[in-house]
Amino acid sequence: MSRLLKNREIWLLLVIGALVVATTLRAPGFAQPANLLDIFNNTSILMILALGQMAVIITRSIDLSMATNLALSGMIVALTNAAFPDIPVPFLMVLATFCGLVMGAFNGILVWKLGIPAIVVTLGTLTIFRGLIFVIAGGSWVNADKFSTDFVQYTRIEFLGLPLLSWYAITIAVMFFVLMTRTPMGRAIYAIGVNPTASTYAGINVGRTTFVAFCISGMLAGFSGYLWVSRYVIGSVEVANGYELTIIAACVIGGISIAGGVGTVGSALLGALFLGVINSALPVINISPFWQMAISGAAIILAVILNARGQKQKGRLILKKGNTQ
Amino acid sequence: MTELPSKSRNIPDRLVSPIKTALFSWPTLLLAVAIFIFILNSFASPYFLSAWSLSDATFNFTEKALIALAMALLIVSGEIDLSVAGIIALASTIMGLALQFGVDTPGLVVIGILTGLVCGAFNGALVTGLGLPSIVVTIGTMSLFRGISFIILGDQAFKGYPESFAFFGQGYVWWVISFEFVLFLLSAAIFYVLLHRTNFGRHIFVIGNNPVAARFSGVRVERVKFVLFCLTGLMAGVAAVLLTSRLGSTRPSIATGWELGIITMVVLGGVNILGGTGSIQGVVIAAFVMGLVTFGLGLLNVPGIVMSIFIGALLIGVIALPILLTRLHDRVSR
Repeated sequence: MSRLLKNREIWLLLVIGALVVATTLRAPGFAQPANLLDIFNNTSILMILALGQMAVIITRSIDLSMATNLALSGMIVALTNAAFPDIPVPFLMVLATFCGLVMGAFNGILVWKLGIPAIVVTLGTLTIFRGLIFVIAGGSWVNADKFSTDFVQYTRIEFLGLPLLSWYAITIAVMFFVLMTRTPMGRAIYAIGVNPTASTYAGINVGRTTFVAFCISGMLAGFSGYLWVSRYVIGSVEVANGYELTIIAACVIGGISIAGGVGTVGSALLGALFLGVINSALPVINISPFWQMAISGAAIILAVILNARGQKQKGRLILKKGNTQ
Repeated sequence: MTELPSKSRNIPDRLVSPIKTALFSWPTLLLAVAIFIFILNSFASPYFLSAWSLSDATFNFTEKALIALAMALLIVSGEIDLSVAGIIALASTIMGLALQFGVDTPGLVVIGILTGLVCGAFNGALVTGLGLPSIVVTIGTMSLFRGISFIILGDQAFKGYPESFAFFGQGYVWWVISFEFVLFLLSAAIFYVLLHRTNFGRHIFVIGNNPVAARFSGVRVERVKFVLFCLTGLMAGVAAVLLTSRLGSTRPSIATGWELGIITMVVLGGVNILGGTGSIQGVVIAAFVMGLVTFGLGLLNVPGIVMSIFIGALLIGVIALPILLTRLHDRVSR
């Protein structure tokens, strides 16, 4: 029982449950299964992105370029689809994932081979990718009427009562769970986050593992690029602008430590879901959407404070109490 | 992973002369880049080399650079503040709110700067008081501060700032020398003295290099960091006054994305993002480099978003190049 209470996924789940109940009191019908599934579907992309970010954060790095990676991959497939509507959509999904992989690998190689801090590398690529979108699209949009029907439908078709978009998130979450907890690579990712020196002695290549983490986050961002463009039916320079910090926020709320080594797949998903529930609850209970930003900001701060409480180490005693007087 | 190119492990038989050190230092390299860009610009556009257009160019970066000065100190100490653009939004909004209650120019300035200071103190209290990682705290406060602006303003804007208020962002002290530019140069001098010529500055370096050793040596680590967060907030407040005055209106989306531009400026200036090293000279020159690049490209009709490719490439390139050159040098000499 006490172990159950210490489990942060349980706590997050309780908080999300409380949120849903509180909202339902004000707006009956919020807790209906259809609406809850809808919220899940709306949060799918954020969940996928949070998983990718999690892999990077666990290795003590950070990927600020995920949102622009998403936007650039999305724009590439959007343009491809507009120009060649006959190319089957699964191929476009692979293309988006591949574009994301290339960008992630670029980040990873700079971190691995040149030893530049991840925050600097991804800060740079964040602006570079965003600029490239403008260049390849010539400053224009790809509007809804340019997309083929398949392109738009491949996130919307329902299967067993859930849209495909939700299924993508579920599938990726399962695959990601297996990768992180059942494979040597997953163990290596955790290990270098907990203690890079010890990992090196244990025969783990720290640089290469970080590189792989960046490739994972890049691939997931790229695939999300297709999902985003298909879901919102627009490809533009502004896609997911500023979203990089929302992704990190989801991870932080989930309790993934920015210092590396700590975090589970479930907590990343629940962190994203928490933001998703808040986003859908606010309009329902007649709170202006302008409150949304401040509330998620407050939620992040609160989450960090709660996380730190459990992990805080006692200060080292430098001088004995008696000697200080 | 974070190994930086260091001096050769051999003990030299004579000390490297200070002139030689200065010649190969980061600020000198940057200065060369700045001069190169300056010359390139004057060839690229006939409009570049005029006193007025150069003066206009300074408006592009002075507000960001003011914050970058304080941010440099914060990053040297091993912390970071991502909420500065949020602070600008909140400070500007509170000024607009005060305007609605009939506060006049001096009051507006004080309120703007104080709001910045309070926001900075809030960040500082969370980071130093509760021992939280600054990168996460300030991602949170970034949304919180700008979020409060959105709550107050929604999709509205505050307008109608008094005539006299316009001086701070649009006024000139003498001929083409703007008030903003003078303020930037003055602040740069103050921050230079603070970081490189005072005990407080030494403490910042010590903390950035080894916070544990700093504490053992009697440096009040928490207090120094708290002061630095307040200082960064204060400078964001000052920037909010300048920017609001220059634009003449307040929207909650004001200064969106500036935090990344400011950090780019600091890192480009040779401040180690992991803390411990950096100089104000470097940051000042980096501000000029970024200002010249954006202004020069602007004269060539390059859209702002494409400029960001150059800025991003500059950031990565300027950091990667010395590392690559050192590697090459090592390989050749071996």
